[in-house]
Amino acid sequence: MQFDQLYQEIILEHYKRPHGRGLREPFGGEAHHVNPTCGDEVTIRVAVAGEKLADVSYEGMGCSISQASASVLHDLLTDQPVGEALKVHDAFVELMQGRGQVEPDEELLGDGVAFSGVARYPARVKCALLPWMAFKDAAVRAGVVVGPEVKA
Amino acid sequence: MTTLANPTTFDVAALRADFPILGREVNGHPLVYLDSANTSQKPRQVLEVMRAHHERHNGNVSRSVHTLGTEATLAYEGAREKVAAFVNAPSASEVVFGKNSTEAINLVAYAFSNASASAGGDPRFRLGPGDEIVVSEMEHHSNLVPWQLLCERTGATLRWFSLTEEGRLDESSLTELVNERTKLVSVVHMSNILGTINDPSRIVARAREVGALVMLDCSQSVPHLPVDVQALGVDFIAFTGHKMLGPTGIGVLWGRGELLEAMPPVFGGGSMIETVTMAGSTFAPAPARFEAGTPPIVEAVGLGAAIDYLSDLGMAAVQAHEQEITAYALDALSSVPTLQIFGPAVVEGRGGTISFALEGIHPHDVGQVLDDEGVEVRVGHHCARPVCVRYGVPATTRASFYVYTTTEEVDALVRGLERVRKVFG
Repeated sequence: MQFDQLYQEIILEHYKRPHGRGLREPFGGEAHHVNPTCGDEVTIRVAVAGEKLADVSYEGMGCSISQASASVLHDLLTDQPVGEALKVHDAFVELMQGRGQVEPDEELLGDGVAFSGVARYPARVKCALLPWMAFKDAAVRAGVVVGPEVKA
Repeated sequence: MTTLANPTTFDVAALRADFPILGREVNGHPLVYLDSANTSQKPRQVLEVMRAHHERHNGNVSRSVHTLGTEATLAYEGAREKVAAFVNAPSASEVVFGKNSTEAINLVAYAFSNASASAGGDPRFRLGPGDEIVVSEMEHHSNLVPWQLLCERTGATLRWFSLTEEGRLDESSLTELVNERTKLVSVVHMSNILGTINDPSRIVARAREVGALVMLDCSQSVPHLPVDVQALGVDFIAFTGHKMLGPTGIGVLWGRGELLEAMPPVFGGGSMIETVTMAGSTFAPAPARFEAGTPPIVEAVGLGAAIDYLSDLGMAAVQAHEQEITAYALDALSSVPTLQIFGPAVVEGRGGTISFALEGIHPHDVGQVLDDEGVEVRVGHHCARPVCVRYGVPATTRASFYVYTTTEEVDALVRGLERVRKVFG
């Protein structure tokens, strides 16, 4: 049962048919993150227009969890006001670090709630977080987030 | 080398009863442990010896006149003698205990460093700009990174053997690669990712011609096949206890006696000295010179018990069993559609460690589905990232076998891979 929660149909769908994949111009900030234990990689670009994230584009290579997570990140954050996007980011990180004890906010996280099961597999939490950590760095570089860059 | 025609001379089913962990379940399935190249399981005989040592003989070694200290010292030094006999070392004083293979290799690397930094250092260990160290693209990071760091510290140059498409060492450039500038060649005996068993004889012969030292990383060979340091003709080998039925926290550096005598100390502290004054110290002979501080005593005793267990089986029989399993697995895996094996496709010149990829499916996902079936394999770059780069993959899935592995477990792996293909296909 746990296993089916890890590989929910939504995750497999995003993995097999990713949304918005590919690096696009123009962009204000870019970050490339690697998970050194498994070699998973993701590059995220953030394009800002006014107060909104006009585009969050990405390219990556890795397991179903990390790549589906990038696809969901693209869906959730593109066209969002910066403040809203950061709220989603924080909620996703909290969900992943919650060891399966955090009740996800479906309105905020959309398809992201499918990752709740991943939080019970400590070895895979880093996979799910990889694109989100890269996003945070890209946003810092794009000048829309104040704060230190993070390392996955 | 033992051939496939030799029958296994031990009863695998009976032997499995010695390993309590093999009786447990994982995710509702019987445990199928196929990760022995990562760490092996431990038989009851090893666990009991370690428990008895703590319960009956615990004292510090080499410094007490009391009975417990004497018993502990005898047990610790007894383990050293078992290790020496196991790899046919001429003397137990050539066996240096440390915490693992990585530490053993770093010990040699830092001995080079220290000799290079002191005017009186033995010329065989002195390195500087223009000197060369040779490794291979097949190395575990533990036999690569210490030499990269040593080259950075001394200005020496690191060079390496490349690999053939079949996963063998490419020795075609041997005479150019190992030359008058070479001070050390350090290569792996059996690859932890490809399973390849290297025959170091040509490298040793060439190193002798040019006066270079040779180190062999035996982390994956000593647990799985007969290793004779005198027959190999090398200068140093490193291996670790936990991959050969022993506990973690105990590793071995074997070095030729005259070389250990010429090596400066690396760690300073208790037990490694001869005389200490405020102005300076003189040092104990090997192996004590390289074992500063209280050593991993019960871990060494556990390794000794593991060696007893393996010696009772006979290393030729251990290797024969693993060759049977490996031949069976190579055949069974070749029946899985889209599966690609990295490393030798035949059982000759390889051990029971098989890395593979399923087209389009990431190893993390493969490993996760297999775990749900109770099948424990390793996924990732196996601390040998240059090998993955060489074969153009970010990571692989690896199944590795040992004395307790059965053909039924290989069948469970193959069934698990079918499920992987269903989930991600």
